[in-house]
Amino acid sequence: MPEGTGIGAAVRRKEDQRFITGKGRYTDDIDRPGQVYAHFLRSPHAHATVKSIDSSAAEACPGVIAVFTGKDMEADGVGSLPCGWTVTDKHGEPHKAPPHFPLVRDKVRYVGDHVAMVIAETLAQAVDAAERIEVDYEELPANVDGTKAPDSGTPQVHEEAPANLCYDWELGDQAAVDAAIAGAHHVTKVKLVNNRLIPNAIEPRAAIGEYDSGTDSYTLYSTSQNPHLLRLILCAFVLGLPETKVRVIAPDVGGGFGSKIYCYAEETACTWAARKVERPVKWTAARSESFLADAHGRDHVTHAELAMDENGKFLAMKVETNANLGAYLSNFATCVPTYLYATLLAGQYTTPVIYCNVKAVFTNTAPVDAYRGAGRPEATYVVERLVERAAREMGIDPAELRKRNFVPDDAFPYQTPVALTYDSGQYGLAMDEALKLADYAGYAARKQDSQSRGKLRGIGFSAYIEACGIAPSAVVGSLGAGVGLWESACVRFNATGTVSVFTGSHSHGQGHETTFSQLVSDTLGIPLENVEIVHGDTGAIPMGMGTYGSRSLAVGGSAISKACDKIIEKGKQIAAHLMEASVDDVEFEAGNFVVKGTDKSKAMGEVAFAAYVPHNYPEDLEPGLEENAFYDPANFTYPAGTHIAEVEIDPDTGVTEIVNWVAVDDFGKVVNPMIVEGQVHGGIAQGVGQALLEGCVYDPGSGQLITGSYMDYTMPRAGDLPSFKVGMTETPCPHNPLGVKGCGEAGAIAAPAALMNAITDALGVEIDMPANAEKVWRAAQSQRAAAE
Amino acid sequence: MYNFNYHRPLSVDEAVALAGGAPEGRLLAGGQTLIPTLKQRLANPTDLIDLGEIAELKQLSTEADGGTLVVGAMCSHASVAASDMVRAAIPALAHLADGIGDAQVRNLGTIGGSIANNDPAADYPAALVGLGASVRSNHREIAAEEFFTGMFETALEPAEVISSVAFPVPSKAGYAKFANPASRYAIVGVFVSQGGDGVRVAVTGAGPSVFRVPAMEQALASNFSADALEGIAVDAGALNADLHASAEYRAHLVGVMAKRAVAAAG
Repeated sequence: MPEGTGIGAAVRRKEDQRFITGKGRYTDDIDRPGQVYAHFLRSPHAHATVKSIDSSAAEACPGVIAVFTGKDMEADGVGSLPCGWTVTDKHGEPHKAPPHFPLVRDKVRYVGDHVAMVIAETLAQAVDAAERIEVDYEELPANVDGTKAPDSGTPQVHEEAPANLCYDWELGDQAAVDAAIAGAHHVTKVKLVNNRLIPNAIEPRAAIGEYDSGTDSYTLYSTSQNPHLLRLILCAFVLGLPETKVRVIAPDVGGGFGSKIYCYAEETACTWAARKVERPVKWTAARSESFLADAHGRDHVTHAELAMDENGKFLAMKVETNANLGAYLSNFATCVPTYLYATLLAGQYTTPVIYCNVKAVFTNTAPVDAYRGAGRPEATYVVERLVERAAREMGIDPAELRKRNFVPDDAFPYQTPVALTYDSGQYGLAMDEALKLADYAGYAARKQDSQSRGKLRGIGFSAYIEACGIAPSAVVGSLGAGVGLWESACVRFNATGTVSVFTGSHSHGQGHETTFSQLVSDTLGIPLENVEIVHGDTGAIPMGMGTYGSRSLAVGGSAISKACDKIIEKGKQIAAHLMEASVDDVEFEAGNFVVKGTDKSKAMGEVAFAAYVPHNYPEDLEPGLEENAFYDPANFTYPAGTHIAEVEIDPDTGVTEIVNWVAVDDFGKVVNPMIVEGQVHGGIAQGVGQALLEGCVYDPGSGQLITGSYMDYTMPRAGDLPSFKVGMTETPCPHNPLGVKGCGEAGAIAAPAALMNAITDALGVEIDMPANAEKVWRAAQSQRAAAE
Repeated sequence: MYNFNYHRPLSVDEAVALAGGAPEGRLLAGGQTLIPTLKQRLANPTDLIDLGEIAELKQLSTEADGGTLVVGAMCSHASVAASDMVRAAIPALAHLADGIGDAQVRNLGTIGGSIANNDPAADYPAALVGLGASVRSNHREIAAEEFFTGMFETALEPAEVISSVAFPVPSKAGYAKFANPASRYAIVGVFVSQGGDGVRVAVTGAGPSVFRVPAMEQALASNFSADALEGIAVDAGALNADLHASAEYRAHLVGVMAKRAVAAAG
């Protein structure tokens, strides 16, 4: 590992000083002069007609400034929160897109839906007043189960979507798949539930909307992963404002995992209301509001089949998925179970034909959208559970079966049957490294030892692949995306040699201030501490697309790299002039411009100074040293690797202990291995959470959220996790300037399948996630009974 | 949270007077249940009487030549867990206190608050019944089994203040808990003890309120070992069921945790 602060060095995170000393500045830490507080009255019902709302008593309460409902927003022409990705169904029709108003107009569709907004001098006064709003609801039957949504007799969530169907979509050659299955030596079939998750970022969502009548402009402070995207949606689709009149600031943000990508009702309402009341309007979610109304993740039920020949060679895969999108379409809900899911069903394998059908449905539950991994964890779960099951049924070692089917190292670029072209990879290498780290050879002895102590031991694999840095813009556009997926950077030398980097990426825990500083420091040959990273403010940075889908380094970092290249090119012209040499003879080495074959040299700082104090300067060159770059990738990047989980189960209680976890990941070139390893740890923890502990449960009758607090929704804790053995292989990405892939989601994508494969290996029977103690105990009892 | 009058008395007598004089007064101990309840606007007391400044409620002592351990009502779980006196007299009690909730809960939550609330999944009721303790209030002493009268219900009268809990020191005792993975409350917690009063087996978490298991007590009386509990089943019919554990699973766990508690008792 390199010493120092350059690319590849494990530099401690610059931002942690302020975070761990309590000096971070989050949205809720910000108070604006004259600020008032918003509280949202939320629906207590999963499904009801709103016959009337009487807010007169609330308006008369002490401190109350205004009470707004959907009618007020309608009168002001406030639009629907849009879905930004059009999915075309298998009949060629666009998906059903019922309106999603920030405050409901005539119906509530899930518990937590937004009925009214109370604004008062204090939060307590707003909450008091909300209790005085009289809403006349006519309750309607509710449905929370995605698989029942299309059935006749199931309550309709939206008139615009008959049978609650948003779309019936397909990818792949169904006839070829059916033929291959019909002629196969063996077909493995599974039914899998990908449990609904609640994101639970440590910082709840928050917003302050502010209006300046002097300039007729708005400022929104918000917990956003992508301030420009939020501004674009707010201006162009919901509020009808020019972007020049809206500034969005996303300061320090405490985690997002996708849930802070979207333009939500609350942020929208605070912005709109700031002008109505001519005071800054602040809202911070209570944790219970986060449970109710943050966009949830996953919620698939899938039937899948894998056809093989007698040697276990994969011949075809068929996947039928029901995806529960909740009550309304969140901004990118439609693309998650389609283009981020079905396209990954080839996994690391050469399966020649694949068919996937997805029925996406509306239910009376919180909207579902991208959550760490977004579609790719669901795909990996299907592929890797299916492959593991196939190995058991075929009597082939699960590692061996995978190796027989891996895309070979010399096959890249590899065109899958589900639209993607994998750019690079060494899948066998990662598997072999993982087998070594996991001491696979010693597993049989360990299993025997567990048996001697009355315990059940299991081992499970997950050879995952993901597609991140979603791109290029033209391709995603052809698939229905309403946005481009490039990234921007501005690299600005200051006169005394420090550098300000303005990036469209947004850090909400990822450590960009360190990673990007390393990149710039290394590229420009200046000290790390001379670099500042500026992000999260549409008033300060160039138009950018933000952070999600493990895109920041691959796309945002590449933009920074391109801007640095431009700086060096311009610097060469300045340096050539200062050294009275030809530009062609000037080279840039370790922060100095040198004239080839001489000892003439100018430091980067001297060149920057000359650019801003151009007393001795090339006649035909603009002063200043600041360069912008936009980078639109040629392809996704394809991180991949193998995780191996080993568990020991106590059959008396059903408690699963994870006794070993090996992760060997290929993220291409790594800038900061410590940060990358941390991302892997966090991702695995979230994946373990999904497999073992977490699960959003709505009451099937009433539609009430049962897991509405930490009393019942189980987050993973340190004690639930072992020390991870993390290894890395490095196959550089061939199409971006840094050779980097993406690491933020890998753990969450790989982990659930590895853990469930280990648990079902130990038990000898299938169970669904979350594999809580009672489920595991029941399975262990059934096996014990069968054995007796 | 709704508005209320806040009082911070310095003596039990003062607290009793304040509680008696308030239209709808509530005593505030560690606040680990009451404060969240207030914040969610599920309770609306006129007066909150904070017992946190009453020094006499924070005492830990022994009586009867060390035969009785007396834990003041306002002793925090953390202080019980860390007390050398408790660890020497009834190590299982210190162990129980050390496993309640998380560090924040243990630092603020108190024994008096816990038993007065009588959450069916709280740990302390198992210790009180499992050790044959008695609850001392400002005007009487109540045997643990008469104190816990039902789910979230106790024998406490209005404006009665718990002053301490008196635990007979057993010859051996053990506590084993199967914690709710989310809340860390007991899905099942079993406290066993052997002492002058014989063997006691008390179960929390599984039913609407703490209960004893006579069949287990009889088996252990003749043979205090985990093996003696083999085959003794608890009827699932009266047990709790929720998202985390069915009644049947709880009934099974009572058996497993009882064995583990006996093993822990040594």
